[in-house]
Amino acid sequence: MTKQVIELSEKSAKLSPVFRRNQAPRYSAAALLWRGVRNDSWPRVWREPQLKKSYDAVVVGGGVHGLATAYYLAANHGITDVAVLDKAYLGSGGSGRNTAIVRSNYLTPEGVAFYDRSLDLYNTMSADLNLNVMFSERGHLTLAHTDSAVRTMRWRAEVNKLQGIDSTVIGPDEISKIAPSLDTSPNTRYPILAALYHPPGGTIRHDAVVWAYARAADAYGVDMHQKTEVQDIVCEGGDGPDGKGPGAKVTGVRTSKGDVSAPVVINCTAGWASLIAAMAGIQLPITTHPLQAAVTEPVKVFLPTVVVSGSLHVYVSQTDRGELVFGASVDPFATYDMRGTLDFTEELAGHVLELMPAVSQMRLQRQWAGLCDITPDYSPVMGFTPVEGFLCDVGWGTYGFKAGPVSGEQMAKCVADGATPDLISPFALSRFNDGVLVGEKGAAAVGH
Amino acid sequence: MLLVPCPHCGPRNSADMSYQGEASSRPDPSSATPAQWRDYLYMEHNPAGWLKENWYCSSGCRRFFSVERHTVTSEFREPPLPGSKTAEPGAGTDRQGGGS
Ligand SMILES: Cc1cc2nc3c(=O)[nH]c(=O)nc-3n(C[C@H](O)[C@H](O)[C@H](O)COP(=O)(O)OP(=O)(O)OC[C@H]3O[C@@H](n4cnc5c(N)ncnc54)[C@H](O)[C@@H]3O)c2cc1C
Ligand SMILES: [Zn+2]
Repeated sequence: MTKQVIELSEKSAKLSPVFRRNQAPRYSAAALLWRGVRNDSWPRVWREPQLKKSYDAVVVGGGVHGLATAYYLAANHGITDVAVLDKAYLGSGGSGRNTAIVRSNYLTPEGVAFYDRSLDLYNTMSADLNLNVMFSERGHLTLAHTDSAVRTMRWRAEVNKLQGIDSTVIGPDEISKIAPSLDTSPNTRYPILAALYHPPGGTIRHDAVVWAYARAADAYGVDMHQKTEVQDIVCEGGDGPDGKGPGAKVTGVRTSKGDVSAPVVINCTAGWASLIAAMAGIQLPITTHPLQAAVTEPVKVFLPTVVVSGSLHVYVSQTDRGELVFGASVDPFATYDMRGTLDFTEELAGHVLELMPAVSQMRLQRQWAGLCDITPDYSPVMGFTPVEGFLCDVGWGTYGFKAGPVSGEQMAKCVADGATPDLISPFALSRFNDGVLVGEKGAAAVGH
Repeated sequence: MLLVPCPHCGPRNSADMSYQGEASSRPDPSSATPAQWRDYLYMEHNPAGWLKENWYCSSGCRRFFSVERHTVTSEFREPPLPGSKTAEPGAGTDRQGGGS
């Protein structure tokens, strides 16, 4: 990139958001028609700027959490001198690999309030960010096959109702009305006794969410740097080696493209979160496990809702193209290896056939995995850490896609105010010190 | 599939075993500070590299053993030989989900 271009891009970053926003072409039917008729190409969606020597804030990780944090820093708080660094490409982590399920029927009041705010933001996202994220509010069924599961469902339904969430326990008759392809007969190995029905749940196109935040953040002058790996975090004044660890203060990051100084570094690296935290001398209550998913060939649409079975360790939804998307619980041991396994496919196929015998002739098309950062209580780790200027938005396990918008919004507020917002204070790292865990296992272990 | 080298049964599919998490030694409960106890209960090293960990051979010899595994390449290092000292069961991590 020539010097002139750098100056230009730096200058444009200083222009008011409104001006820059007007520069970015709006996506609309009229624009599509106009460009189609004139055979115009679309401009690149975001810039590829040079890495500057310093930023007001550096976000590590270009998934939905990192991008949303950068976007809300700029949009809600006017902090636009922000860099998002990703070692690969935007959305290369869990954000581009998940099964795109969103819902807010969690188990704890803290969790419900938090995830419900995220659904609100998702509801208006297509309009707010001018990109169709294809929110399909198709409803979400969590099946119960045992008495204890039914009890958990009733508990969840009551917690949900108290907070105004549409969530009820329904019986097999009603279940088969909603999803006739499920085998609700009492003669199966694990008969379906009841289900928690959550109509506002559904699916959203995950890639579109990544692109929408990236495009909107770019319009505010946020720099996104792909293929830029953070290799170390520079700290001073801490108790540990190299001035890191509790009591330290962040001064910047070392990357594969050079050093960057910044007073604020936000860790949004999900499966890699422990590695980034260790660079600042911080240990996290996190282990990294792969979560696998698979998709079938497309068939006509027959499955109207998302279906989850905790006891059978499986969940399924049907895409608009007609493919069935399956997922399960995470692989049972910690690893950074993203290879798919036959164990997963075999178990998945067995359990899917117990739920829906009619799909026995369908062929699996693909199988993949992504890394999940699992915490002991299945709730995230958000906000400040014992290192000043080093914040975390991690511990997203198998449920972080739906939480992207609210996490970005609240992390940005946390940075801008210099204080932990109420909505995320239950999820502070210090809860493990204080022994106040936020147990969401019953609502998050399988039904992401 | 991961072939886990049990020192007593030889290599077995990880599905025959139960993962017990990072090997760590339990501090003395009568003298541990709350911070030490918290670290023991919750904190993990979670390295991308060699990790010393505990397994329980649940469908085989039903014994605990520890072994070193590379968490990126999935290789095992110097599998323990039969009769070698096996580790005490460490802090069990039950994070494979399941149940509802
Ligand atoms: C198969 C599967 C299904 C899932 N299904 C659902 C679901 O249905 N609903 C739901 O809510 N959630 C689901 N999840 C979980 C969800 O995908 C994640 O929690 C979420 O995407 C995490 O987003 P993130 O932005 O925090 O991290 P990620 O999207 O993982 O991004 C982290 C980024 O950090 C980058 N990075 C790592 N190390 C470095 C470094 N040293 N320097 C620079 N960059 C670095 C990576 O390249 C990556 O792009 C699923 C996950 C998987 C794997
Ligand atoms: Zn054995």
